Amino acid sequence: MKTKYLIAIDEICAIHNIEISFISSLQQIGLIDITTIENSNFIAADQLLELEKYVRFYYELDINVEGIETVSYLLQNINTLQQEITTLTNRLHLYESEWNV
Amino acid sequence: MNFVDYYKVLGLDKSASPKDVKNAYRKLARKYHPDLNPNNADAKTSFQQINEANEVLSDPEKRKKYDQYGKDWQHAEEFEKQKQQQSQSSGSRQRGGFSGGQSGGDFSDFFESMFGGAGRNRQAKYRGEDYSTEIKLDLIDAYKTHKQTLTVNGKNIRITIPAGVENGQTIKISGHGGVGTNGGPNGDLYISFSVANHSHIKRLGNNLFSTVELDLYTAVLGGEITIETLDGKVKLNVKPETQNGSKVNLKGKGFPVYKSEGQFGDLQVTYTIKMPTNLTAKQKELFEELRNN
Repeated sequence: MKTKYLIAIDEICAIHNIEISFISSLQQIGLIDITTIENSNFIAADQLLELEKYVRFYYELDINVEGIETVSYLLQNINTLQQEITTLTNRLHLYESEWNV
Repeated sequence: MNFVDYYKVLGLDKSASPKDVKNAYRKLARKYHPDLNPNNADAKTSFQQINEANEVLSDPEKRKKYDQYGKDWQHAEEFEKQKQQQSQSSGSRQRGGFSGGQSGGDFSDFFESMFGGAGRNRQAKYRGEDYSTEIKLDLIDAYKTHKQTLTVNGKNIRITIPAGVENGQTIKISGHGGVGTNGGPNGDLYISFSVANHSHIKRLGNNLFSTVELDLYTAVLGGEITIETLDGKVKLNVKPETQNGSKVNLKGKGFPVYKSEGQFGDLQVTYTIKMPTNLTAKQKELFEELRNN
């Protein structure tokens, strides 16, 4: 079974100097998942980079939680489109030499 | 080292208030922040300049020094040298951290000369910067799992490249990016692969495509041929009356599936029929005979 590493939310808030309510807002809109064990809240270690990104959006760029949700959605779209471009470019290579392009 | 006009970078004039600086920084940071511009080196460079300008202009002390020495930075260097000598002799110089990672990153030589390491934020714990690099492979390299040594920022890193890696694919090597500041974790190294096609064999995902020439007689009468695959030579039975452009699918003779040992895609062979040339009189006669029958 794969081990899931968890990080205490209290600790993250203390290190980044952020409010717990901000993390709760992110959870409410489904951007992060919180695991509760014995009344303590944790997030999975593999979500930390995403969370830190949201912290930068909120505290450095003054983007509110609704804005973060929109930006995340658009970034996902960019990522999907970039992958699609890569796939199409690879497919194009298949025909290029045939047509001497 | 060039003079950097921090006011110009933020689109401000010298009389800008701290609030104007903050607003200009926020506006430009939203436009160029690396988190909002993935894989965009130009945006990253712009953001570094904006961050540096904000670092100076939002701090009254640094802004005063910049306003005083900025345009004549050579004097600022001398000033800084004197200051360094003074602080070194008193043993009080402190090396500070800076906002690294996606938040700020590198500062220009100009910034370094004016403010040195001590000019940056202190105490904060930051994750190191993420690095990215590209590895060029040919199709045969990507066919087999192999090890390769990379030099990233002067350090040699030996990595294993799993068979089946795709053109344009990016993998993450955790902790091999920039060193974290004040005990923060290291950044990650992102490696993207550029896989060139083979001259005779093309790849699309896990499937391979090749074209094989058949002589007219084998195409008409059938027979056995040997073809090259990335896995070595393979014998194929050609059916009689094979048409030009017909395809044969060789299951499991394609490309290895990434990180799925023992799984392979297919190889699709397209036959092109080569017409005979320089026919002898006898051969022409035989073709005539065929035509008339």
